[in-house]
Amino acid sequence: MDVPVIFEKSVPGRRGIRLPAADVPEVPLEEVLGRDFVRTSKLNLPEVSEMDAVRHYTRLSTLNYGLDTGFYPLGSCTMKYNPKVNEAIAALPGFADIHPLQPDSTVQGMLQVMKELEDALAEISGMDAVTLQPAAGAHGELTGILIIRAYLLAQGQHRTTVLVPDSAHGTNPATAAMAGFQVKIVPSNNRGDVDVDKLRQMVNEETAGLMLTNPNTLGLFEEDILEIADIVHKAGGLLYYDGANANAIMGKVRPGDMGFDVVHLNLHKTFSTPHGGGGPGSGPVGVKSRLEPFLPVPRIAGSPDHYQWNYDRPQSIGKVRSFYGNPGVLVRAYAYLKSHGSAGLKEVSETAVLNANYLLHLLKDIYETPFDRPVKHEFVLSLKDQKKRGAKALDVAKRLIDYGVYPPTVYFPLVVEEAMMVEPTETESKETLDMFAQAMREINGEIDAAPDVLHEAPHHTVVGRLDETLAARHPVLTYFQEGSRAQTGQEGNI
Amino acid sequence: MNIPEGLKYTRDHEWMDSKGTVGVTDYAQEALGDVVFVELPAVGRILKSGEAFGVVESVKSVSDLYSPADGVVTAVNDALVGNPELINQDPYEQGWIIRMETTGATEELLDSTAYQHQIEGE
Repeated sequence: MDVPVIFEKSVPGRRGIRLPAADVPEVPLEEVLGRDFVRTSKLNLPEVSEMDAVRHYTRLSTLNYGLDTGFYPLGSCTMKYNPKVNEAIAALPGFADIHPLQPDSTVQGMLQVMKELEDALAEISGMDAVTLQPAAGAHGELTGILIIRAYLLAQGQHRTTVLVPDSAHGTNPATAAMAGFQVKIVPSNNRGDVDVDKLRQMVNEETAGLMLTNPNTLGLFEEDILEIADIVHKAGGLLYYDGANANAIMGKVRPGDMGFDVVHLNLHKTFSTPHGGGGPGSGPVGVKSRLEPFLPVPRIAGSPDHYQWNYDRPQSIGKVRSFYGNPGVLVRAYAYLKSHGSAGLKEVSETAVLNANYLLHLLKDIYETPFDRPVKHEFVLSLKDQKKRGAKALDVAKRLIDYGVYPPTVYFPLVVEEAMMVEPTETESKETLDMFAQAMREINGEIDAAPDVLHEAPHHTVVGRLDETLAARHPVLTYFQEGSRAQTGQEGNI
Repeated sequence: MNIPEGLKYTRDHEWMDSKGTVGVTDYAQEALGDVVFVELPAVGRILKSGEAFGVVESVKSVSDLYSPADGVVTAVNDALVGNPELINQDPYEQGWIIRMETTGATEELLDSTAYQHQIEGE
């Protein structure tokens, strides 16, 4: 099935809207702007009717796949349902129609929501203070590590190294490197946890901190976390908690009580705000009180009588984003927290963990699980056996699309060969989980019966298997109309 | 799985020959999948054994390359910039990555038999 781009539907001279003749004197642009600022080359925009444009984009929208259309078990991403009531609340004019430069006195409601959200996230994570500024998870990580760096420098300590487990999210080492630290990788032990003895040998006076996810990327709870925290703290380092997996622990255990000093939370994962595709995201950062002076400016100050912004914070790392974060997302997360309450949030985590263990139980007799332990909110399968029989994790993932399921994360975490990482979340029903397990069973049978069906999958989509290698090696990032300079075939290397 | 006898191997799947040429093994290129980008070090850079000197990016992952020995980088394979697929097609010849002059300690390197045992154990 062909899906042309809108440029290919262009017909010279076709118009969507015809403007009447101007009834005011024409302004000579060259005189007003200057000759250098007036475009002389052709625009090359698509020339289509209004209906052409509407049909084109409406059709594209029907090809979209999201949580509102089906199951999305993308491991590590917590693709839970986004309740529509949160959208309605965020669209209220008191939230949607305000401007960040309005006087504080005219936006007290928004400030109150943000302050209460800060307090709630601090309570959930066991931290003393929270900033809502970071725009997403990795941005939160960078903010948190910059806070650790500023804190250590203020103590006169020039520590150079950040430790990261070999199962970590790729953003952890990237964050530490971006903040100017050297990254050292801590190996996992044969249970999938941090190797505590190796960690003990690796910490020293250069250690600025350890970045850790708990439960880790294998979906396993780091059982030695208190000992790990002790080792890092005794060496003079700090502990950073990557909150990507916080959906497993709400109301059960708090990073602050595990010994972590800095935490980021992903509102677009754990707190049900829209995820991906321009979300936008939100990655609040919480800290223990000794790190509070280093949080980004501004901070919300004042009391319920009158809130205001405070910029007078000399030790702050400064601003990490324009204004105050993504406020529309903050309102949605606040609505989610309020509609669940503390008992509801605990139930969210319990159900997320139950769903993951139920699904793993349905699958583990045919798909190997590298660490046969109870998991938290997600699990990792190793498709080594399937690969030997002729289908890689990628093939199984692509075939799942034909069964109407968004493929789980594959080839992550890196410590598991032919990894497939599944996170069902608490918002899916038993029927959906059973459907997924049945699809995985049928696909496993196809590997022996009809392997090419997997190699060439997906079959029931508008385009088939995409050539990811060609796209990465020779990306073509702009469209050129036929007959223009596109035809050299060289633009992909620019 | 091609594991030439005359080479030495690291536990991280690099190989080195007697002239100091370094690349990644056939096992590594197979595990990485299609390589789409290689970041090479500057000629003249001084490396410690075990130090990360470059990056291989594939459709699946991004991996550091680790130096098998103390030494100095004397040449890099510029052909990989335009044709990273050489690492997949010919990991031991045209897909070489750097050449180094070793100056002392080498990491504990494996011979082909020991390397084969290691990957069979994985």
